[in-house]
Amino acid sequence: MKRAFTILSILTALLLAYGLYQALVVAPTERTMGDIQRIFYYHVPNAWTAFCLFTVNLIASVAYLITKKVKADALAVASAEVGVIFCTIVLVTGPIWARPVWGIWWTWDVRLTTTLVLWLIYVAYLVLRRFSDSAQTPVLAAVLAVFGALDVPLVYFSIWFFRTQHPQPVMGKGGSLDPQMLHAFLINLLAFSCFGAMVCWARYRLEMLHREVDELHALESLAGTDSVKPSMPLQRSSR
Amino acid sequence: MNAVKFMFAAYIATWLIHGIYLGTVVNRFKKLQSQLKELGKK
Repeated sequence: MKRAFTILSILTALLLAYGLYQALVVAPTERTMGDIQRIFYYHVPNAWTAFCLFTVNLIASVAYLITKKVKADALAVASAEVGVIFCTIVLVTGPIWARPVWGIWWTWDVRLTTTLVLWLIYVAYLVLRRFSDSAQTPVLAAVLAVFGALDVPLVYFSIWFFRTQHPQPVMGKGGSLDPQMLHAFLINLLAFSCFGAMVCWARYRLEMLHREVDELHALESLAGTDSVKPSMPLQRSSR
Repeated sequence: MNAVKFMFAAYIATWLIHGIYLGTVVNRFKKLQSQLKELGKK
């Protein structure tokens, strides 16, 4: 497992390097926006990966609510945290692109606002996981995650449902993309998807290790105060 | 020229955020592994 992780990490790093080369060197300069358009090769793949991770969080949360398995809860925490990081990048790179193109850093446009709300929901989820010690915390967090995930399709489809300043899709029915640009975009999409999966995997392993250490600490303190071993499984916290 | 600065700012910001986050994950991992070792010794 450890070896597979190392090999996949190296492959992901190579893919990311190739993606960077494609985005900065190979992809042609866009006619109207110029080089600033190259932000697209990072902005969109990071947004896509954030959406995928929030979907994993939804599935893991539902699985936890049904099965109460610790692994599902750990995956939910891991995917939410990594998803927030990717969503943060979307919220940082978007305004950097908007400043020279729109002349403003931020506008309360539907796509931008729903993305900010999505980020805030998952930050709230992580705050709940971090600071609540109640035995009910995983259940409450899972319910919050289910409601939070409702914002994902709202963000995605907002440019179709509402009048928005955000650029329309350049692929599919929304428009067309130069083949070299499309290639650079797809490489980065794949690279960041793999990177997101690898970071989520690492964070999941960290979460499981954390729970193991917590359990050992609890057992140690129980052994220190009372020689009787616990007959019930211990409630594990998640950080 | 200005556009290039903004472009590089976005790319640097992306890798800075990912790098800092990966650093915190590695640190937490090391900390937990040392705790696990200590608990194993007891």
